[in-house]
Amino acid sequence: MKGTYLGEFEEIVLLAVAIRTGDSYGATIVNEIEQQMGRTVSLGSVHTALHRLQEKGLVKSEFGGVTGERGGRSKRLYVVTALGRRSLEEIRQIRNQMWDTIPKIAWS
Amino acid sequence: MKKSKRGCPTPPVWATLLLRMFCDAYLINELEDDLNQLFEERVRAAGVRRARWRYIQDVLSLMRPALLRSKSNHYPNPSHTDMLQNYIKVAFRNLVKNRTYSFINIFGLSIGMTTAILVGLWIWDELSYNKYHKHYDRIARVMQHQTYNGVTNTTVATPLPMRTALQNDHGSDFTYIVSSSWTRDYVLAFGEKKISRKGNCVEPDFPMMMSLKMLRGTAADFSNTTSALLSESVAKALFGSGDPLNKIIRVDNKKHFKVAGVYEDLPHSTEFRDASILLPWKFFLEEEPWVKRSETNWGNNSFLLLAQIAADKSFEQINAKIKNIKARHAKEEARFDPQAFLHPMSSWHLYSEWENGRPVRGRIQYVWLFGLIGAFVMLLACINFMNLATARSQKRAKEVGVRKVVGSVRSQLVTQFFSESILMASMAAIIALFLVQISLPLFNQIADKQILFPWHSLKSWLLGVGFTFLIGLLAGSYPALYLSGFRPVKVLKGTFRAGRFAALPRQALVVVQFTVSITLVIGTVIVLRQIRHAKDRPVGFDRAGLLSIAINTADLQDHSRALLQELEYTGVAINAGKSSSPTSEVWSSDASFSWPGKDPNQPGDLGTVGVTHGYGKTVGWQLKQGRDFSTNFSTDNLGMVINESAAKFMGLKNAIGTKIDWNNEQYTIIGMISDVITGSPFMPIQPTVFMLKEDWAAFIHIRLNPSLDARQALARLEAIFKKYNPGSPFEYSFASQEYDLKFSTEERIGTLSTIFSSLAIFISCLGLFGLTLFFAEQRQKEISIRKVLGASVGSLWQMLSKDFLMLVVIACVIAIPVAFTIMRDWLEQYAYRTNLSWWIFVTTFLGALLVTMLTVSFQALRASLLNPVKTLREQ
Repeated sequence: MKGTYLGEFEEIVLLAVAIRTGDSYGATIVNEIEQQMGRTVSLGSVHTALHRLQEKGLVKSEFGGVTGERGGRSKRLYVVTALGRRSLEEIRQIRNQMWDTIPKIAWS
Repeated sequence: MKKSKRGCPTPPVWATLLLRMFCDAYLINELEDDLNQLFEERVRAAGVRRARWRYIQDVLSLMRPALLRSKSNHYPNPSHTDMLQNYIKVAFRNLVKNRTYSFINIFGLSIGMTTAILVGLWIWDELSYNKYHKHYDRIARVMQHQTYNGVTNTTVATPLPMRTALQNDHGSDFTYIVSSSWTRDYVLAFGEKKISRKGNCVEPDFPMMMSLKMLRGTAADFSNTTSALLSESVAKALFGSGDPLNKIIRVDNKKHFKVAGVYEDLPHSTEFRDASILLPWKFFLEEEPWVKRSETNWGNNSFLLLAQIAADKSFEQINAKIKNIKARHAKEEARFDPQAFLHPMSSWHLYSEWENGRPVRGRIQYVWLFGLIGAFVMLLACINFMNLATARSQKRAKEVGVRKVVGSVRSQLVTQFFSESILMASMAAIIALFLVQISLPLFNQIADKQILFPWHSLKSWLLGVGFTFLIGLLAGSYPALYLSGFRPVKVLKGTFRAGRFAALPRQALVVVQFTVSITLVIGTVIVLRQIRHAKDRPVGFDRAGLLSIAINTADLQDHSRALLQELEYTGVAINAGKSSSPTSEVWSSDASFSWPGKDPNQPGDLGTVGVTHGYGKTVGWQLKQGRDFSTNFSTDNLGMVINESAAKFMGLKNAIGTKIDWNNEQYTIIGMISDVITGSPFMPIQPTVFMLKEDWAAFIHIRLNPSLDARQALARLEAIFKKYNPGSPFEYSFASQEYDLKFSTEERIGTLSTIFSSLAIFISCLGLFGLTLFFAEQRQKEISIRKVLGASVGSLWQMLSKDFLMLVVIACVIAIPVAFTIMRDWLEQYAYRTNLSWWIFVTTFLGALLVTMLTVSFQALRASLLNPVKTLREQ
C-alpha cells in the first residue's frame, strides 16, 4: 500500500522521534540523527518527513509544556502513534525474518 | 564576523526574512525555534561560520512545497467583510431584541421614503412634461402682451395674419410655423359607428414638428386637404382590428376625410394629449366663415400659432426681432402696445402665468411646494431614527466599551453604526417600494397623473440605491459619530453620564419635527377652509338636475327649436333653453358698450351671453329687480338682463329701464339677477349682460323633470335626441359636475396636503411615542421607588409628560408665525379669500397639545400604573 509505505529517511526520522519521546521536535531530531548516523541532515528534510509521517498518521503532534528556553512559548512536540509503532515493528520483523533466512554459506 | 551587541553571534538576517516570506504563518514560530536552537548548538560545537552556513542551508532546505504557504486557514485573516458580517449579525440581533423601536424606526422611515418617492416621481413627471416631442427644446408658441387701459394681458391667442407675417419677414429663423385651432370635440362616424373625440385642425407640418410616431401611413400624406390623421386609440375605437388606412370617415356629419395615417397616442404628460384626431387646417378655414374673414384681420386674437425655430437660432434672438411685428403691420393695433414673443415648450407647463406682462408663479410653485413637503416628511422620519438611536445610546454604550477594549478602533465603530443604519434604511426602502406600488394608483388619481414606477430604468435604481445610502448615512450620522466617541473606561465602570446638555440636540430635533408638522397642519386647514369658503359662495343658479348638451352638428342647430318643444311637451324636461356659453362660464366679452353717465376713459368691457327665452327659468337664476325675458313683449329682442356686478360696474343705482348702446343698437335693461359664478370661484365675478340672441346658441340646457329618476329621464332624453340629431352620439354634462371641476386644482392641493400633513404628524408622534417608551422604561425603577414612597399616578404622569409638552409648546410658538406668513402670501393670489382667523391657530395649537398628550400619556400612564413590586423585585 502506498499510504503506509515508509521510505528509508522517514523510517530514520520515525525512529528518532521514538528515541526522543517527550522531547522530540525539529532541532532535537536533527541532533539525534546526526549523532546516531554521523551524517549531516538538513532541517528541511526532517520537517518534510515529519509532515509526511503526520499525514500518514504515524506521528502526531501536540503542544508541550512551556520552558524558559524558548521565551515562554510552548512548542510542538511529536509523538509516535500506535500505527507508527506497529509499522516500525513490522519493518523490524521483516528485516529479522530476512536476516534469519540468509544461509550461513553466504558469509563464508 | 557579525556579532550582536551582547557578543552573541546571530544567524544571517536575510535568511530569516526569506523564511518568513515564504513559509506558512503557522509553521514559522516552530521552524524559527528549531533553527535558532540548532544555530546556538552549532556555534558552540563547530564555530560561528559553520553554524551560519548550516543555518542558510537549513533555510533553503525548508523551501519546499509541503512547507510553503498553503493552509492559510489555520489562522483566519479577518478582512473588512468579516467584520461587516459581524456588524450585520449584531444589527439583526438588536433589531429583534428591541422590536418596538425597530418597528417605529423602519416603519416611520419607510413611510417617509414612500412619500419622498411619490413626490419625486411627481416632480419628475412635471419636469419631463412635453419631453416626448423630439424637438422639445426648439418648439415654441407665439404669445403676445397687450395693454388695455393700463393693464397688460398676456395671451396665447394670436391673430391669423401673424403667421404670414412671420413667414414672410423672418422665414429663415423658423424650421416650421404651424397654425392650429383649439382642441375641441368632433363627431366621427364610420359606417354605423359614431364617436365623439377631441381633435385639432392643424397645418400639414404639425406631425413633423411634434415628431408624432406614425404607426401606419405617412405624415406626408396629411398635406392633402381631404385627409386626416387618427391617433391609435381613435383608430381602434372606430375600426376595431380592421385596417384604417384610406378608409373614409365622416366628421361632424358633414365632411368626409380619408384616413392618411395613424399615430401613437400622445402620452398623458404632453400638452396635446387630448388631440386624438388631426384635421387639415383648410377644413377649419372653410368650415367657419369667421376664420376665413380673420385671415387679414390683425384685431382678432383667436388662434394658436406654433413654431419650431431653426437649429442655429435662439429664442432670445428671435424674440428681439419679432417683438413689434404686430405694430409694424397693423397701425391701428399699435395703441394696445402689442408685443409678440416665443414661449418655449419647456416652459409651457410650469411657467405659464403672467401678471402685467411679467411672468409670475405658475405651476412651478407647486413643484417647489411638494418638493419641500416631501423633503420635510423624509427629514422627520430621519429625525425619529436619530433620536431613538441617541436615546438608546446609553444601552449601546456598554457594547461600544467592550468593543473598544477588545481592540476596535473608532473608525470600525463608525462603520458599525453606519452599516446598521444603512441596513435599516435598506429594509425601509424595500417596504417603501411595496407601499409605492400599492399607493401609486390612488396617488395618480388624486394628482391627475399617469405615473408608472420606472422599474426597468437602471438610472432610477441607481438613484434609489444612492438615495437609500444617503438616508442611511444621514440617519445614522449622529449615533455613529456620537456613540463611537465614548471612553470605554468610564462607560464600563458605570460612571458614564450623558451630561446636562446631552439631551439638547434630541430636544431640538423634536422641536424641528413638531414645527414642521404644525406648520403643515395649519397650512392644510387654511387650504381646506379656502376651498370651503369658495364652495359656500352663493352660486346664483340651481345645479340640481341641470344638464347641458353642446350643439355640435348642423342637425342639432337646425332642429333645436322643435327639440326643445318636444322635451317640454313629453315631460322629460320641465324647462329647456339655449345659450352661447356654458352655465358657469362666460366665453365672450365686448368692450364697446356705453351707457348714460359712462366715463369716456372707462372701458365698457362686459361679458356677453346670448340666450333664449327659456334660459333663465331653466338654470334658475334669481331675479333681484325687474323681470326675465318674456315672449309677451316683442321689445325684449332689444332687452337686456344684467348681473349685479354689471350694475355695480356701470354705477347704476336703478338699473331697470336704463338704455345701453351697443353695436349701433339701443338696448334696454329689463332685469337684474344675482351674480352667477363664472370662471374661477376664487375670483371676482365678471360683469355680464344677457341678450336674446338665438343664433349665438352653442349649448342646450335642460332641467330634468324631478319626478322622473335620472336614469329614466336620460334614456328618454337620448331617444328624443337621436330623433333630431341622428348623426352623432348622445353626449351631455351635468352642471354640478362642470361646476365641481372649477375646484379641481385647489382640491388636489387640499387632498395632497391633508395626506402629507397627516403623515408628518403621524411620523412625529411615532417618534415621540418611541422616546416616551424609552424614557418610561429607563426610569422604571425610579418610578417604582417614587410610587412606593407615595407618589400619585397623576404626579408621575406629569413628571413623564411635562418635558415633551414643553417641546411641543415651543414648536407651536415657532410654527404659528411661520405658517401665518406663508399662508397670508398664498391667500394673496385669490381675490375671493377666507380670512386668517385667530381660532385656526389656537385650535391647531390645542390639537397639537392634545395629540402629544395622548401619545405621551399612553406610555406614561402605563409606566405609572405598573406594580412597583414587579419591577423592584428583580434585584
